Amino acid sequence: MGQTMIEKLISRNIGSDSVKPGDIVTVSADRVMLDDIMIPFIADKFHEMGFTKIWDQDKVVLIYDHLVPSSQQDDVRHYQVGDRFAKEYGLTHVHRSDGICHQLMTEAGYVKPGDVVFGTDSHTTTYGCVGAFSTGIGYTEMAAILGTGELWVRVPETIKIVIEGELPEHVMSKDVILRIIGDLGADGATYKALEFAGATVENMTVSSRMTMANMAIEAGAKCAVFAPDEKTALYCGGELGERDRSLEGDSDAVYCKTLTYRAEELTPVMACPSQVDKIREVSALEGTVIDQVFIGSCTNGRLEDLEAAAKVLEGKKTAPFVKLIVTPASRKVYQEADARGILRTLAEAGAIITHPGCGLCCGRTGGILWDGERVVATNNRNFLGRMGTSKVEIYLASPVTAAACAVAGKIVLPS
Amino acid sequence: MEQFTGKVWVLGDDIDTDIIIPTEYLALKTIEDMKQYAFSPLRPDLASRIQKGDIVVAGKNFGCGSSREQAPEVVKALGIRCIIARSFARIFFRNSINNGLLLIEQPDLRGDVKEGDEITVAVNDHIIYGGRRYPIASLPENLVEILNAGGLVKAMAARNGVNRDSLNRS
Repeated sequence: MGQTMIEKLISRNIGSDSVKPGDIVTVSADRVMLDDIMIPFIADKFHEMGFTKIWDQDKVVLIYDHLVPSSQQDDVRHYQVGDRFAKEYGLTHVHRSDGICHQLMTEAGYVKPGDVVFGTDSHTTTYGCVGAFSTGIGYTEMAAILGTGELWVRVPETIKIVIEGELPEHVMSKDVILRIIGDLGADGATYKALEFAGATVENMTVSSRMTMANMAIEAGAKCAVFAPDEKTALYCGGELGERDRSLEGDSDAVYCKTLTYRAEELTPVMACPSQVDKIREVSALEGTVIDQVFIGSCTNGRLEDLEAAAKVLEGKKTAPFVKLIVTPASRKVYQEADARGILRTLAEAGAIITHPGCGLCCGRTGGILWDGERVVATNNRNFLGRMGTSKVEIYLASPVTAAACAVAGKIVLPS
Repeated sequence: MEQFTGKVWVLGDDIDTDIIIPTEYLALKTIEDMKQYAFSPLRPDLASRIQKGDIVVAGKNFGCGSSREQAPEVVKALGIRCIIARSFARIFFRNSINNGLLLIEQPDLRGDVKEGDEITVAVNDHIIYGGRRYPIASLPENLVEILNAGGLVKAMAARNGVNRDSLNRS
């Protein structure tokens, strides 16, 4: 019997011929990602557990992103604890202001096809965009991995999602994943893996796939995977070997569910306050007046996202009462967007361009909202109180839709 | 069989980790500093009203969202004895077990129970409320082992031969 992609990834990691859903196995971590919010807790737990050295320093990446630059005085303590921990245990992969963790893990080449990766942030599912098994964990489990290099996992069942055809103009991969989350529900993939396939995802850039893998957690998924192809290899700076190619799910693998979409039928959508699975057509929300637009995050803060927004905003101005906040996902994205004139276009349209990082997405800095305000945002969560008070309304959308809304001052379809 | 009785607080579906503990409080120094803000976006007064031994009963997908382990830690620090929900999000589930916080999946209790009422839980067996018996499933063996060890930190400390009494590091 054939295997799904996640079954192959886990089998390969543990050196077994096959695994099946429900098996509880111990995998070895190829990389781990520690973020700035969690590092003090990771360090405490690591010490409490009685570990005195890290199993393999080269496999550990420490990234400051949620709290950079500091917005509260106490944030600095997190850098201090992180720096001390890095020095004491010999960590060399430390990023102090280079951008969002998930962007850096793929962009800087820390994750390769076939890897098993854990991170202390739920959007660690992102690395499935290059064909890795990656998922978010808590700080106690991270401390245990730092000491042992291992973690137990339950082999998940897989939901296969097949998308065929060509996406209409102004429909981005964000619209595709929002639609899927709406169909699955916020808990529809809990404990499960998502495996994406079909011509539409084959034609997508790695960045667009990243948006989809990133948001898989919003349906409760443990992970989301795309089979590595030539684009993946190019992105990861290597060649596509037979070993990576063979990670694709087998045609006779068993899936617990299969969803099939025609790309031509997909439309611009939004996740309405305050549930990620409350998906509505943008056309049905038109006219809703907004106060702010946020384009950024590990979901949609990449070059192609800023470029798509700039195309909409070129030669236009944002509505006078709208604050448009643009946050590149990384320093590299920032520099490339600058070199291509994208930042200039955005600034001329009235955008406030911020430093790379998590920024407004985690409600810590740069554009916190107040009671009664409404924001259209390209990030991944519209939870109550996520970007300000609990009386803020957050609508999640693609960068193209968000840019169109910034000009109109209300929710509109991109045109 | 371990058995306990507690007063119930009733919450809805999809209680996410940003509700359980908002990001703005995650850089506070200790869980004790954070716990007063638990559930504040949804019910600002809840944390101050919870008494040791109380039980939370919620709908589906409890703990969805972020991987922040501060979420189960603040719930435990408030004295919540266990959470009973229709279902749990997976990272929250693992984090809770690793911190020795008991989670119970039960599909029917949420629809019947009223806030402020008392329920009795017989661990890994059933819940009694209003004279009715609600069955509950047993946890998988590997999780029971972690719970029995008192959480993952203690399990790892035992593995490393650490004497817990000698631990005074910050």
